[in-house]
Amino acid sequence: MKDPAISIQDLHVSYFGNEAVTGVSLSVNTGNLVGIIGPNGAGKSTFLKAMLNLIPKDKGAVKVLGKPITEVRKSIAYVPQRNDIDWDFPITVLDAVLIGTYPHLKLFRRPKKKDKEWAMECLQRVGMQEFSKRQIGELSGGQQQRVFLARALAQKADLFFLDEPFVGVDVSSEETIVNILKELCRQGKTVIVVHHDLSKANDYFNQLILLNKELISFGTVEEVFKPEVISKAYQGQFAFMNEIGVSL
Amino acid sequence: MAFIEAVMQYGFLQKALLTSVMVGIICGVIGCFIILRGMALMGDAISHAVLPGIAISYMLGVNFFFGAVISGVITAIAIGFVSQNSRIKHDTSIGIMFTAAFASGIIIITMLKSSTDLYHILFGNVLAVRSSDMWITLGISLIVLAAVYLFYKELLVTSFDPTMGAAYGLPVRFIHYFLMTLLTMVTVASLQTVGIVLVVAMLITPAAAAYLLTERLWMMIFLASGIGVISSIVGLYFSFTYNLASGATIVISSTAIFILVFLFSPKHGLIWKTLKVKKKRASLV
Repeated sequence: MKDPAISIQDLHVSYFGNEAVTGVSLSVNTGNLVGIIGPNGAGKSTFLKAMLNLIPKDKGAVKVLGKPITEVRKSIAYVPQRNDIDWDFPITVLDAVLIGTYPHLKLFRRPKKKDKEWAMECLQRVGMQEFSKRQIGELSGGQQQRVFLARALAQKADLFFLDEPFVGVDVSSEETIVNILKELCRQGKTVIVVHHDLSKANDYFNQLILLNKELISFGTVEEVFKPEVISKAYQGQFAFMNEIGVSL
Repeated sequence: MAFIEAVMQYGFLQKALLTSVMVGIICGVIGCFIILRGMALMGDAISHAVLPGIAISYMLGVNFFFGAVISGVITAIAIGFVSQNSRIKHDTSIGIMFTAAFASGIIIITMLKSSTDLYHILFGNVLAVRSSDMWITLGISLIVLAAVYLFYKELLVTSFDPTMGAAYGLPVRFIHYFLMTLLTMVTVASLQTVGIVLVVAMLITPAAAAYLLTERLWMMIFLASGIGVISSIVGLYFSFTYNLASGATIVISSTAIFILVFLFSPKHGLIWKTLKVKKKRASLV
């Protein structure tokens, strides 16, 4: 049997003793497009970062493709939240995508012509090739997110982790991004997305992780995207529930 | 010009010129990474923090280079430790630690009552550069330039998107302290030309001017070095001709270049930006 893309056992994360993620266990098979949803402050991004061992965890074991994360880092692509990036950084669109080839370059090696061509190809896939010479801050939010997706594609990864990729993104960019993510899954890649907007969660993903510090529910969209399940995570946010047409 | 003749004629002036040109180059290079990582204050802190190390080196009779690097790196670690383990913010932690290091340096030097001239360490005295100082500066310059050339990829990623770097397995924290070590070495190299107090200007001002001129990191590095070199030469000229402290004249030269760039940079300059806004508004009337 194939190893699951990610298996997590009893994951605990806290900030100075304040629980952010408690006792999450789950296992995601390859080829899935998984959304992590939950109310604000539910620990979605923390969960993502702890999975990747980017922040210290208090307890728990995470295996990626059946191995400890440190052994498979090169098959992982991570796209940070947009506000984590300094958009005034002196870097062009193409050079930003080119960074995606760095994980596979040896120490002291520079990207070669074929790496640049590959970066350009990735830019083409997200429809941004004509912007290759622009400074990244000159783009709109949606264009910036597409460039970062191109960088992730350039990494030739097996697993993709995206933190809130649709925040501040225009409708057509969002569509482009979702289509590419779905295509990646058809190719057998696994995509994990932190997502804040419940209304589209059922269109975009085939599995959902519903989080509110602890794991409320995990399963296919049909299993998780039910009013009685969702409301468990969103206690006290009834106005929002009405907005998306869930009656309680 | 009398200055050029004097440079031809006097060995001490040649040494001063070569040393300050090298310092201009490496300060520009490291300065780019310092300002892009938002660590300008850290640059100031580390440059001050080398003082106790220098004092203790004199006391033990070893080369001050080693003491300076050790006390610079210890201070960098202490700053990180305090801000990560309490609610104290990073800039506050910097303020606490570097002043503590600097103050202990002053006390040690005063207690030693040695021939060490505190004034020259603090403010530089480029015209008194000895051959040995020049060679140390050359050695440091080669190390710094080689390090940045060889680890350019890693420095770029960890400056631009450290989380991505960590996600694909770069030792982000180690690279931070590696850069702090390079910064300390640059500070040591700059002691004779601009002195501890003003090193931060040579790190930040040329790099900031370059930042307003280009959208590519490698170009920014070259421009910052170039601006650093020009500032050093012009500053040295004024220092020699009017008998002024070299650190001060070099820094003022770089500030003058920064002001010019700030006003006239083709893309980010204040003047062009204002004109563009005026033009746009006029077209809408």
